[in-house]
Amino acid sequence: MSNWALIIYCGLITYLTRFSMIVILKKEMFNERVKDILSYVPSAIFPAIIFPAIFLDNSGSIQLIDNPKILASIIAMIVGIFTRNILATIFSGLASYWAIIFY
Amino acid sequence: MNIKFKIFLKGIIDVSPLMIPVVPFGLIFGVLAIDIGFSPLETMGMSLIIFGGASQIVLLQLFSGGASSLVIISSVGAVNSRHLLYGAVVSEHVSDLKLFWKIIISYFLIDQAFARSNQYFKKNNEKNKYFHLIGGGATCWLIWQSSTFLGIILGAAIPEKLGLSFAVPLTFLAILVNDFRKMINVLVILVSGTVATLGFNYIPYKAYVIVAALFGLMTAIILTKIIKKKNE
Repeated sequence: MSNWALIIYCGLITYLTRFSMIVILKKEMFNERVKDILSYVPSAIFPAIIFPAIFLDNSGSIQLIDNPKILASIIAMIVGIFTRNILATIFSGLASYWAIIFY
Repeated sequence: MNIKFKIFLKGIIDVSPLMIPVVPFGLIFGVLAIDIGFSPLETMGMSLIIFGGASQIVLLQLFSGGASSLVIISSVGAVNSRHLLYGAVVSEHVSDLKLFWKIIISYFLIDQAFARSNQYFKKNNEKNKYFHLIGGGATCWLIWQSSTFLGIILGAAIPEKLGLSFAVPLTFLAILVNDFRKMINVLVILVSGTVATLGFNYIPYKAYVIVAALFGLMTAIILTKIIKKKNE
């Protein structure tokens, strides 16, 4: 598949997920149980991107020792829990990462 | 001042604070896409056609890992399934609109705009309130496109040593910040993250994102059921 075809298909599927419910749904067709489960979708999907990016090295093997990303992520998480601020979370993580690798 | 324009402006103002982290996110996306080997035009095309940070990063990550197109497209679909929820919630407020406006609104139904407009919709019952979502969405659009563009241009100038790619997991971590306080969410996060990390090398076709997400959702279904039973 060419890069452009891939981009267009990914765009289509993204658009359809946004469009479908707005058009199909009439008021209150979703029951509470389904709504409840769907609210866990971010918690279920984002860690699948976060964890490998932190715990795996470039070759794909698990790296638990001498890995500055782990400590930086823990600091970011603690800052996030206390401030509930997206920006503070990102920057505290980046700042501690730089502090660890440059000093 | 025209009421529609006023609501549109309110949307812009409400969503603005959430735009600050979008700038580094867009920059990183632009830099990574070029680094992986997409052309500047293709990179810009992704931001214009897909217009979704998470989807675009997942595309890059799987593409660079050599995943097949089918796996990439279905992973992007899985990442986007949260939009079904957004649509379901918003549909309640826009069900009386003409199809034309539903088509426009769907393009702008992104995390930040949804979050702010949903709060606005709950409090206001003006019939033109959908302009709030268009204002917020258009703001995100402008920021996302210009930061992607900047990333493409700056790409070569940003030293690799800075480890800016680490900002990607950090951004997603920040999106989940409110979930760290809820027990079920924490367990779902741990299950999904562990499955993805351990399965990264073993789950075929780089389908680890989808497999991990399904494990996470199963955890949520089981735990919420147990808690519901306890409460009965």
